[in-house]
Amino acid sequence: MKNPLDSLWGTVIAGLVLTAVLYAIVKTAMGG
Amino acid sequence: MEFVQLGLGRWLHITAGVMWIGLLYYFNFVNAAAAKAAAEDGTAAGIARHVMPRALFFFRWASVVTWLAGAMLLGSHFLDAFLFRQHAYIPIGVGAWLGTIMLLNVWGIISPKQKRILGLVPASDEEKARARRVAFLASRVNTALSLPLLFFMAASGGQFRTAIF
Repeated sequence: MKNPLDSLWGTVIAGLVLTAVLYAIVKTAMGG
Repeated sequence: MEFVQLGLGRWLHITAGVMWIGLLYYFNFVNAAAAKAAAEDGTAAGIARHVMPRALFFFRWASVVTWLAGAMLLGSHFLDAFLFRQHAYIPIGVGAWLGTIMLLNVWGIISPKQKRILGLVPASDEEKARARRVAFLASRVNTALSLPLLFFMAASGGQFRTAIF
C-alpha cells in the first residue's frame, strides 16, 4: 500500500481526519 | 505582568508560530517539488547551498520561541493543560501536546537529517539517501499534525473558550 504521506494531498487528508478524530475525543471528554 | 504574559506572550507565540508553520508549509508545499525539478535540470545546488541552511535556521529557532512563548502563556496552568487536569484545559492541552511532538520532531529528526543531506555533517551517499527519506516523512508528519494543532489553538479561544490563558 502506498504511504499517504508521499502525496501532499494524502498528507492534508490525514491531517483533516486526525483533526476530526481528536475533535470527537475532546468533545466527548468535555461532556459533549 | 499580565500584559507581558498574556499580551506580549500571545503576540510572540503567534508571530513565531507563523514563521515556524509558514516555513514548514514552504518546505512541503513549495520546496519538495521545487527541489525535485531543480535536481532534474541541474540547478539544485543553489537551493541546497543558499536557501535551505537559512530556512532551516529560522525554522528550528522559530519552533523553540513558539513553544516557550506558549508555555509562558499557559503560565500557572501549564500542568493543567499538559496533564489534562481540568476539563477547561483539555482543548489547549491537546494543542500543546501536538506542538511539543512537532518540536521534538524538528530537533530530534528533521534538523539532524537535514544537516546530513546538506553536507553540514559528513555522510555517505547511502546515509544521505536514507536521511532524505526520513526527513521527508518526518516533515510530512508535522504537516499533517499542524492541522489539528492549529484547530485546537484556534478553537481554544473560540468554540472551546472555557479556559483563561
